[in-house]
Amino acid sequence: MTGYDAIVVGGGHNGLVNAGYLAKAGLRTLVLEQRHVVGGAAITEEVVAGFSFSTFSYALSLLRPEIVQELDLVKHGFLPLMMPSSFHPTGDGGYLLLGDDHDQNVQEIRRHSRHDADAYDRYHHDLDRVVQAVQPLFDAPPPNVFGKDPEDQADVAWLLKHLGSVEQRVMHDVVRLLTGSASDWLEDYFVHESVKGFHASSSIIGSKVGPMSPGSGLVLLFHKMGEHDGQLGSWAFHKGGNGGFTQVLGRAAEAFGAEIRLGARVGTVLTREGRTLGVALEDGTELLAPVVVSALDPRRTFLELLDPLELPADLVDNVERMRFRGVSGKVNFALDALPVFPALPDTVDHYGGFLNIGPTIEYVERAFDAAKYGWYSERPFIDAAIQSVVDPDLAPPGKHVMSCFVQYAPYHLRGSDWDTERMRFGDTAQAVLEEHFPGFGDLVLHREVVTPLDIERTTGLTEGNIFAGELLAPQMYFLRPAPGWSQYRTPVDGYYQCGSGTHPGGCVIGSPGRLAGQRILRDLHPGVSGAHG
Amino acid sequence: MIRTTPFHPRLSQLNTQGLYTHWQGHLSALRYTHAPKHEYFAVRNAVGVFDTSPLFKYRIHGPDAERFLAGALVRDIRACATGQAQYTLWCDDGGFVMEDGVVLRHSESEFLLTAARPCLGWFEDLARRLRVTLEDVTDAYGMLAVQGPRSRAVLASLMPEVEDLAYSRHLQATVAAASVTVSRTGYTGDLGFEVTVEAQDAVEVLDAVLEAGKGHGIRPFGEEALMMLRIEAGLPLIDVEWHDSRLAFTDEERVTPAELGMGWMLRGIADDDRPFVGRSAIRRELTGRTSRWASVGVVVDWAHWNRLHRDAGLLPPKDEHPLPYQSMLYDAATGGTQVGYTTSFLYSPVLQRHIGLARVRPDLSDPGSQVHLELAVQHHTARVSASTAGLPLFRPARKTAGR
Ligand SMILES: Cc1cc2nc3c(=O)[nH]c(=O)nc-3n(C[C@H](O)[C@H](O)[C@H](O)COP(=O)(O)OP(=O)(O)OC[C@H]3O[C@@H](n4cnc5c(N)ncnc54)[C@H](O)[C@@H]3O)c2cc1C
Repeated sequence: MTGYDAIVVGGGHNGLVNAGYLAKAGLRTLVLEQRHVVGGAAITEEVVAGFSFSTFSYALSLLRPEIVQELDLVKHGFLPLMMPSSFHPTGDGGYLLLGDDHDQNVQEIRRHSRHDADAYDRYHHDLDRVVQAVQPLFDAPPPNVFGKDPEDQADVAWLLKHLGSVEQRVMHDVVRLLTGSASDWLEDYFVHESVKGFHASSSIIGSKVGPMSPGSGLVLLFHKMGEHDGQLGSWAFHKGGNGGFTQVLGRAAEAFGAEIRLGARVGTVLTREGRTLGVALEDGTELLAPVVVSALDPRRTFLELLDPLELPADLVDNVERMRFRGVSGKVNFALDALPVFPALPDTVDHYGGFLNIGPTIEYVERAFDAAKYGWYSERPFIDAAIQSVVDPDLAPPGKHVMSCFVQYAPYHLRGSDWDTERMRFGDTAQAVLEEHFPGFGDLVLHREVVTPLDIERTTGLTEGNIFAGELLAPQMYFLRPAPGWSQYRTPVDGYYQCGSGTHPGGCVIGSPGRLAGQRILRDLHPGVSGAHG
Repeated sequence: MIRTTPFHPRLSQLNTQGLYTHWQGHLSALRYTHAPKHEYFAVRNAVGVFDTSPLFKYRIHGPDAERFLAGALVRDIRACATGQAQYTLWCDDGGFVMEDGVVLRHSESEFLLTAARPCLGWFEDLARRLRVTLEDVTDAYGMLAVQGPRSRAVLASLMPEVEDLAYSRHLQATVAAASVTVSRTGYTGDLGFEVTVEAQDAVEVLDAVLEAGKGHGIRPFGEEALMMLRIEAGLPLIDVEWHDSRLAFTDEERVTPAELGMGWMLRGIADDDRPFVGRSAIRRELTGRTSRWASVGVVVDWAHWNRLHRDAGLLPPKDEHPLPYQSMLYDAATGGTQVGYTTSFLYSPVLQRHIGLARVRPDLSDPGSQVHLELAVQHHTARVSASTAGLPLFRPARKTAGR
């Protein structure tokens, strides 16, 4: 028999995680990936000989540690290289350089603002408390608050009990972050513009918000939900880039028995009388399985792979209304040598982690303005990383690869299109780098420009939205991707969803794949202990 | 007066922290940057250098040198060919471990022994009328450990002959016009080398290595990183895993080679007739199966660890700094009896687990035996599930592999 127990559509990291769990539970599992490589938005490619670019996503934090253990990832090469530093030029030739040593960080903040020195501790502690309060919700499927059956009610009771246990002050902070702006949140702690700018950088990643927009607090919090080695909010470069990580996932899934088929683009999910039968590839091949899991974003999961007529109208409506406004691009460089930051001419350590080009909240907010009116920032915010500093295997000795995540770059341009603007978009990013690192242009051996349209074309992420659906309050938790469908099921029996468009959301995080896997296995084997048991 | 090593003039310039500990009367960097973990990753992923000069170094030569060492050391030095290095122990008459060290055999009749503690007197007493000379050359040399997956590429760019240097072998070479001994040895459990150089040439050789390593992400690493590396690699440390038997008050404080996890050194001693200090006692231990402990790794049940801390309202700590004390191990089945103890315990970033070096009752030495480890959570003692595992816990193929 050639049949499969489960077919996972899409070999991005969530599809691989999901396949890993299904295969581990003994299901004959097939992953179908349209491209010649697994990883989706988490790939690393040798674009020029000797230089490996992390084309899209470039750093790791959100990945849930449980997945590392449950899928035996260490055995398959899991190796996150901790970032030793975070570097934030202040725009006036100065900088903020934070690292692993708490006391030295306090002094570094104090160098800029005596007031902010102790605020720094308070800020991190308060944020840690918020993360601690939210984590249980993050790591479990959202309760179906609209459901009436006993299991739903038990889940809701669990949620309320948990919320009831959160301290009043912490709960207030949770709400302030979930509904407010990063700028307001930060102003309660810091006075110095660059110190605020530094902490605001994660509040806009991938999102059509400025740091002053309500909603940026949620994005900030989301990016603090990650951890490495027990350090909340810390980031690492995986060995071999984020593509190195998805290769690890692929090996792990295969070791559990999953089969991965590359170059296999799924056209439709086959259904009969409200049940899934399997999938049809674009080349017409039909592959059968009683369980099909879409690891694609909700638009594709519901409106492309299925005939929307098979779905309840309100779900179709909600998926159509879901926001996917991509606002980010990448400009990746192969460099002949390390760039020089004039105030730190002889050191390397400031290049060990993120280089955060967005000196103040105002700078970033102004960069955002353009996006409101359908244009990319003339002076963009850049989250840069020279990964080869901590992972020399990514470039020839002495040479470097530099990944630049550039914002804002709205998917829909007014009066032009991305294929026309590609070069100029690259130039704007390079010009900003030149401002901070004079002579930067002379070091460039190769430049790769990735527009939001390129993201969509390559990975299938609608409108190039990096999270497969924006991180907006009405699109989170029990509303992600749509009210009533937040538990990884779909209206079609046997058809599930496990992409970043499901709870808890985007980033290289794996939770959607894991939680969907648990849902599927429980549906197949009723009686196994419940989600919040 | 605290002393400094031959590499100190340069390494102290690279030390941005001014944090040192004292190692056998020498300044020894705890870390060079604010992030010891970064130095650790340099070794696991690129290349790092560590100043191991404070080790005691003894030149042992003369027609009876081999005979002398064969009688003093636990491993049979006669099996150590010229150009080879041998990690070994020496014991007292009771078969208890005194110290460990590495012997490099330079010729038929010449050896270099490194040791963590001074031991010339003990060896001299053993030499008696043998035609052997023992010289303390500790201060004449600097020793630089160059460790990590890129170490071979870096050293081979200076000394092409290193390219084919096999695990546990050594050779003479020239760097920066200085003559050096390069051995494929180390204390990190990774691919790595140690470069022994005359003190006056030390800085120049170091500079050459650092320069060659530039494109490879080289960085100096300090004792904090070393501690993580050696625990992952299952390498015991004197005064942590054991105490010199001569300085112990009770047999409880002492360990035998087998108890220390060095049973592999004793293969064959039942049959051969080489006399060495401690041999009869060791043979009695082996035939009578009287070892009190087995050295094993322990790996903590991650889910249980997290639960214990989360239930107490804490974020589960994952600290890469070793616990400064021993933790007790209990029988998992009954929960009651103590069955062992950890000597080193930390969170390992490459293994993504809390791990320990431990000694357990011999019947629990099979990998996967269940134990409970005692820890303190929120001012209360708690016990977390753990299982035993073979050592070393981290064993990359590159450590011993050819090019
Ligand atoms: C530019 C960029 C930078 C980012 N930076 C970071 C970062 O630094 N850190 C971080 O944590 N997150 C980052 N993210 C977000 C993160 O990468 C994504 O949220 C995450 O990788 C999405 O994973 P996924 O498995 O849900 O979906 P995807 O990775 O999109 O995987 C979907 C897969 O399905 C395949 N596919 C699509 N259609 C079909 C079909 N019809 N048939 C078969 N296969 C199909 C695709 O080829 C793809 O492999 C970034 C994203 C982008 C785009």
